[in-house]
Amino acid sequence: MSSIDFLTDFLSACLRLTVPLAFAAIGGLLSERSGVLNIGLEGLILTGAFASAAVAFSTQQVWLAIAIACCAGALMGWIHAYLCVSLNVNQLVSGLAINLTAAGLTTYGARLLFNTGTVALPPLSSLPIPVLQHLPILGVFFQQDLLFYLLLLLLPASTYGLFHTQWGLSLRAVGNAPKAADTAGVSVARIRYVSVILCGALCGLAGAYLALVHVQFFAENMSAGKGFIALAALIFGRWHPVTTTLACLLFGATEALQLRIQAFGLNIPYQLLAMLPYITALFALAGLAGKATPPAALGLPYAKEKR
Amino acid sequence: MSELESGLRLVGITKQFGPFIANNSISLTVPTGCIHGLLGENGAGKSTLMNILSGLYQPDEGKIFLDKKPIDIKTPADAIKHGIGMIHQHFMLVPQLTVVENIVLGSADSLRLNIKAQAKEITQLGKDYGLEVPPLARVGDLPVGIQQRVEILKVLYRQARILILDEPTAVLTPAEITAFLQVLRRLAARACTIIFISHKLDEVMAVCDEVTVLRQGNVVATRAIAQTNRTELARLMVDRSVEINTRPIPQSAGKVILNLKNVWANAAAISAQSKTHAILALRGLSLQVRAGEIVGIAGVDGNGQRELADAIAGLIPIQKGTIEIGSEAAAQQPIAYIPEDRQQQGLILSFSIAHNLILKAFSKLPFCRRWILQRAEIAAHAKSAIQTFDIRAASAQLKAGQLSGGNQQKVILARELAGEPGVIIAMQPTRGLDIGAIAAVQQSLLAQRSRGAAILYISTELEDVMAMSDRLAVIYRGQLVDILEASSATLEQVGALMVGSTEIKESLATAEKLETGVSPEVKALETNSSATKGKGERL
Repeated sequence: MSSIDFLTDFLSACLRLTVPLAFAAIGGLLSERSGVLNIGLEGLILTGAFASAAVAFSTQQVWLAIAIACCAGALMGWIHAYLCVSLNVNQLVSGLAINLTAAGLTTYGARLLFNTGTVALPPLSSLPIPVLQHLPILGVFFQQDLLFYLLLLLLPASTYGLFHTQWGLSLRAVGNAPKAADTAGVSVARIRYVSVILCGALCGLAGAYLALVHVQFFAENMSAGKGFIALAALIFGRWHPVTTTLACLLFGATEALQLRIQAFGLNIPYQLLAMLPYITALFALAGLAGKATPPAALGLPYAKEKR
Repeated sequence: MSELESGLRLVGITKQFGPFIANNSISLTVPTGCIHGLLGENGAGKSTLMNILSGLYQPDEGKIFLDKKPIDIKTPADAIKHGIGMIHQHFMLVPQLTVVENIVLGSADSLRLNIKAQAKEITQLGKDYGLEVPPLARVGDLPVGIQQRVEILKVLYRQARILILDEPTAVLTPAEITAFLQVLRRLAARACTIIFISHKLDEVMAVCDEVTVLRQGNVVATRAIAQTNRTELARLMVDRSVEINTRPIPQSAGKVILNLKNVWANAAAISAQSKTHAILALRGLSLQVRAGEIVGIAGVDGNGQRELADAIAGLIPIQKGTIEIGSEAAAQQPIAYIPEDRQQQGLILSFSIAHNLILKAFSKLPFCRRWILQRAEIAAHAKSAIQTFDIRAASAQLKAGQLSGGNQQKVILARELAGEPGVIIAMQPTRGLDIGAIAAVQQSLLAQRSRGAAILYISTELEDVMAMSDRLAVIYRGQLVDILEASSATLEQVGALMVGSTEIKESLATAEKLETGVSPEVKALETNSSATKGKGERL
């Protein structure tokens, strides 16, 4: 294998591994910017993965599967929002509940549905862009599927939305000083609901990508910590869409790298190598300690008539 | 007054929080273009009433009329829609956002923000009203005076016609207050209706047309300013005779107990609100406090007062210089510290009064024996402290967080003054308290002074610090610009020193002044005469 081939292969693996992380991280970013802590990313991804797999398996309609995954994620997001915003449940507990519920439900559903073992799912076909796809190395950017391009669109859209629109301003205000936002006439509950539901929908997309593009089958607990890595990425990326996506790329690249090292057959236990992305996340966050300032009202429920 | 053409009218507003009636059938009428004062002690129900007007709380009963039409205010957005703008005592600003972002927040008429155009518009608006602000600065980096301008601009930007100001001058310097009162007059002249909530009688007398006094959730009286005076208002507010300026003749000040020589210190921990404090610290500060005297530290907030107090209390390290605390005072408890923020630093709000009272001694006898807290001892101690310091609480088991500000401060005093401390550092001990509680705090400090404690009294409220001090030191950018005899100093003189308008004298000269000192007898005479004179002027 020539070095160009290796590089191309490595880069495309990086992208494949980054996309689900980035969707989930941007979703989590919206939720956290509005002040709702969301450690349920993991469960939301899993929900999306299962929903898309189930629909794709029974209807063979890939796009329908993606749409349903998005809705399933949004529904789970709505539950998180309802618990955290309307009932003022502790946000850590609610997120944890979402993770556990999703793991249990999807495992149960998978055993009912795919009782024959792993079933191959219809793939999401890639959408190569003419001419550009033949570029050396960089060509991999242009032989991706629609979800990847959607991510590329989501980046500027979410950045613009957050920093240049009334909606984004309200969202940032609600996440930092909900009472101030409330007195300024912003509905704290509405903003938080919308952000958390959007977060769920984006995690649903991440799950669909995982099941339909990345591995093309559904496995129990296939999210395998991706939700937590996404959480680390958004903290490392300081709650900004662009830097967060770059952080996802770093973690994706580490994962791709460790897979390659495993393939070389070096005499290192593969369990150690599999830890690499998580260790990277740990070091990244440790290096950032005290520098990243989260939204000031993150994790705090906002109750109106408090005295 | 019953036939109101235009303006705001409240009828029979009632609001209960559990068993506590915050507002009891309150009625109030404010004509357009009028500045209406709302006076009352803490807990009289002023803030509750205004939170109802601004849509944060819902009244249990009562109606609100605007220009004769009944209106319903369910949310802050409704209030804004009706042109009611509230400037809260604790600023409702998002410190992480810029001035422009704070002002346009929630006033959505388009999806796009267009910061540049908005900044221009806001600059113009600021110029019109004499409220100039840096539009693109982060609010958290601005001094409080400017933050308040942002608050006012925020409501003006929404075209509010009714402005409610909750204790707006609490955070301002004397010069800022004068300018601020002028702004209010200008707003009223432009047909804005203003409700001015305060417990500072002077300001109400200076700026309002009418005043309503609240006490324990009820309207006690409404008066035209022209037909009332300070004494009457004070009596209406508290309904008990309050002794002001009952300072005893000072006994001769004793030995130097607290001696600071050329102290340099870095800034204390950055406060969450503003990072500007982090820049300022102590820069070669020298000061001596003798037994039985109160030295006041006057100055604009953020000029090193916090660091001074923290350095003496040993909470922050000093870079250079020495801090000596007299040996005779170094008995069991050398220093008592009454911190600026009683809720964050002074108390553990979720602990009971009894436990807060023993925070400094819980590991020692008699409160603790063989690692076990002695309930009976703790309860007895709490009972006696509650009596001695007149803490108004149903039980010593009540949580500190459930007490009013004045009673919280009394708990701190009871704890800090328990061990007959040699040095007392009191940082803003009367801030936000009502007249009754202020008197109680001042009385206990004066009692400590007669006992022979050396007291450092730090306050940004000039009249407060002048009334309490024997000597008055003015702090500016981490240095003492001058030390005056409190009896002969005038408000204007100190006010000018506070903003650094006088040349900073050399530290040598300052030290000299400290050494000479006036004979105690002369000082006593001066103090007394000026105290009565000051009182007469104010009445």
